[in-house]
Amino acid sequence: MLWSDQVFDALRELEGMTRTLRRFDLPSSVEFPATNMWVTDDDAVVTTEIPGIDPNALEISVVKDALTLRGSRQAEELKEGESYHRRERWNGQFTKTLMLPFAVEAGKVEARFSKGVLYISLPRAEADKPRKITVKSE
Amino acid sequence: MAETGRELHKKEAETPETGERTRATRIYSPQVDIIERQEDIVVIADMPGVDEKSIDITLEKNVLTISGKVDAVIPKAHRLQLSEYGIGDYQRVFTLSEEIDRDKIHATVKNGVLKLVMPRAETAKTKKIPIQAEGLGGLMNLDVKSA
Repeated sequence: MLWSDQVFDALRELEGMTRTLRRFDLPSSVEFPATNMWVTDDDAVVTTEIPGIDPNALEISVVKDALTLRGSRQAEELKEGESYHRRERWNGQFTKTLMLPFAVEAGKVEARFSKGVLYISLPRAEADKPRKITVKSE
Repeated sequence: MAETGRELHKKEAETPETGERTRATRIYSPQVDIIERQEDIVVIADMPGVDEKSIDITLEKNVLTISGKVDAVIPKAHRLQLSEYGIGDYQRVFTLSEEIDRDKIHATVKNGVLKLVMPRAETAKTKKIPIQAEGLGGLMNLDVKSA
């Protein structure tokens, strides 16, 4: 029937539009701290913004393809007669686990903390790399 | 998860305050703490990616502007697999209601956190005004007579 075809077309169009819109949405629930991850076939780079933390107290651990970050930041301690006029900055403890696209060579993970941004480079485990199998002709 | 991390997303600055910009980056509004102390006002701002060279603080009349430029470090040859936060410059404008001793403003940046100490100007410091109790002289002759 022509009518239903039109309805279906309209619905399909609407669905397409919502899909386009959704692409511009920010993830609605991001576990703290927000993380970016860049990958190639051989390694991954994870970055996160955690200004003001003590890099020595930061704990980074890798088990196979799971990366866990653990750290904390203390609030400014106020003396008598001092008061917060505005308080927006985060404080407290955080733990976040990220799943990487591949298993990682734990011994070769490197981390660098600069200007409040943490950069972690994670090379892919040799054993996890895809192996090319050559086919021999008889 | 941070205990008091109410806003996890970086908030984009509502309007760039300094007119047209020449850099094609987003501008974020840094999260700040403002602490009022006896002698000064302390502004602490989270500005990851910023150092002492890329930060700019101006105080014009009573308008304080904090801005910071961030050069995004993006690994080459990599593709973005997960993107939870955006990278961009920072700007935030405050209107101060108090006189600040401009010559003594002190700013430091450490690990992406800006700390700005603004001493209150002498004239603006709260002065305690002593209140003296008046003698009850005028009231003395008010004798209450009982009926």
